Amino acid sequence: MANPRNAYGETLVKLGEKYPNLVVLDADLSKSTKTIMFAKKYPERFFEMGIAEANMISTAAGLASCGKIPFASTFAVFATGRVYDQIRIDLAYSQANVKIFATHGGISVGKDGASHQMIEDIALMRVLPNMTVLAPSDATQTGKIVELMATNKGPMYARIGRANAPIIYDKDYVESIELGKGMIVEDGSDVTIIACGTMVDPAIDARKTLLKQGINAQLIDMHTIKPLDEKLVIKCAKETGAIITAEEHSIIGGLGGAIAETLAENSLPVKFRRMGIKDRFCESGEPKDLLEKYGLNEKHIVKNVKDLIGR
Amino acid sequence: MEHYDRKIIDRLDLMAVTIRKHVIEMLYRAKSGHPGGSLSAVDMIVALYFAHMNHNSKNPNDPDRDRFILSKGHAVPALYAVLAESGYFSVDELKNLREINSMLQGHPVCSYVPGIEASTGSLGHGLSFANGVALAGKLDENEYNVYVMMGDGETNEGQVWEAAAAASHYKLDNLTAFIDRNFLQIDGNTEEVMRLESARDRWSSFGWHVTEIDGHNMKQILDALNETDNHKRHPSLIILNTVKGKGVSFMENNVDFHGVPPNEMEYNMAMEELNSLQKKLEG
Repeated sequence: MANPRNAYGETLVKLGEKYPNLVVLDADLSKSTKTIMFAKKYPERFFEMGIAEANMISTAAGLASCGKIPFASTFAVFATGRVYDQIRIDLAYSQANVKIFATHGGISVGKDGASHQMIEDIALMRVLPNMTVLAPSDATQTGKIVELMATNKGPMYARIGRANAPIIYDKDYVESIELGKGMIVEDGSDVTIIACGTMVDPAIDARKTLLKQGINAQLIDMHTIKPLDEKLVIKCAKETGAIITAEEHSIIGGLGGAIAETLAENSLPVKFRRMGIKDRFCESGEPKDLLEKYGLNEKHIVKNVKDLIGR
Repeated sequence: MEHYDRKIIDRLDLMAVTIRKHVIEMLYRAKSGHPGGSLSAVDMIVALYFAHMNHNSKNPNDPDRDRFILSKGHAVPALYAVLAESGYFSVDELKNLREINSMLQGHPVCSYVPGIEASTGSLGHGLSFANGVALAGKLDENEYNVYVMMGDGETNEGQVWEAAAAASHYKLDNLTAFIDRNFLQIDGNTEEVMRLESARDRWSSFGWHVTEIDGHNMKQILDALNETDNHKRHPSLIILNTVKGKGVSFMENNVDFHGVPPNEMEYNMAMEELNSLQKKLEG
């Protein structure tokens, strides 16, 4: 187990040495987002903005206009919906080289309840022109994604969850990943599971369970939701004829929405199902109980796959 | 108080009339836009670009340049005209304001137009953006100054006060903000829409160094800029007491010209007034 948030903090420290123009901003949550690691190492390049997210985003744009590479962090709920207009004008429209890195995405935030469980952020960011949208799945991949955010130009949004998560990949495996290219985690012929972020790990377990029951599922880790790897989606649809998406996000407008658009526009006669939060707010509770109640764990993936392909 | 060569003041006053003529011409041609707030902002923008700031139209991305951010983006016709007259792009381009396929959008976009520092139009962002530029200047130990102009109505926005607190917290003494204090916003007098007074006390209590001047008096403008540039430890605010629609008699203090361009008759009247003022200053 490892916490992707720690991977974010550690990678910032590492990149801070290599890139003297990398700066970090936070809105009074540096202990939770782990930007505090960078703050301790490079206090002069860390800007505590207080509980003032709008100001943080526009300030980051000003820093970027002077050649800095700003990473701005807070919880996903405050990093997107609360500051939509600032992101829209100062980052997306202006093509500012600002990286928003949000933690505490999805319902597995747990007991804080729906006010803090961000399930619309991917949709909100995906609809913005010029914006790259990322949802890394484990600590190793998070480190690599943060590095790619720093080295690729343009406004970007990445979100991870709050909780510790199993390590899925070793370092060498993620070294070759590229923004905008999905990862084929496992090959299979009966159905394709396309997952992102916190749903990749339960999808791996679900695949094993399905295999025991004679169903060979292909598994894709779609860490980049925008630009979407449409070529890969089309290839999977043609190969397996059945696609199921899984994300800790609303079924509207996120990974599932993006893939539905691709499938429909390419007239692919494919069985299709979106797993996610079904257009509702959730509630306080233990993360594992919430994921069970709202249908986002290994058991639910297995059930949905079998329903979808009729086996 | 500095003693300026009378010629400098005269030259700036004359340029301000030229810019006002451009503004009227542009808005009349575009058949849309914001005359009132563009005309009230003209004099400070002219003073900055033609007498005060370190900038070079041939090298708009010079890292050492002083920066001006127009937070009240709807006044951009005044800035476009100043940039054109400064050589950032051709004066002829001004006739394309708000036209399709033009780089001169209704509100400024930094990635389209040389010399435009920030994309604005949605009010309340510019001071935060300027803070970022000022922080970068401090970090790089670069001596450039950062200037940002807000509308008075714009300071209704909550983000302005987030930024006001941050600029003071970070002691951004390389930053000077202006409020174009014309007392009018779309729904009427600023004090009736959402009271701003005492603006001076509010900003002072946020830790700002505040001065207040006649925003149409070039000598006062230059004096204030020289004073705030040298002020240490606090960000500076210059409250520009201005007249909305300044320079065109029937637009002055008339909120109906906030976002409505002149019709043909009004255009002719406005140009006549400005032409005769120009002649007087030239004479």
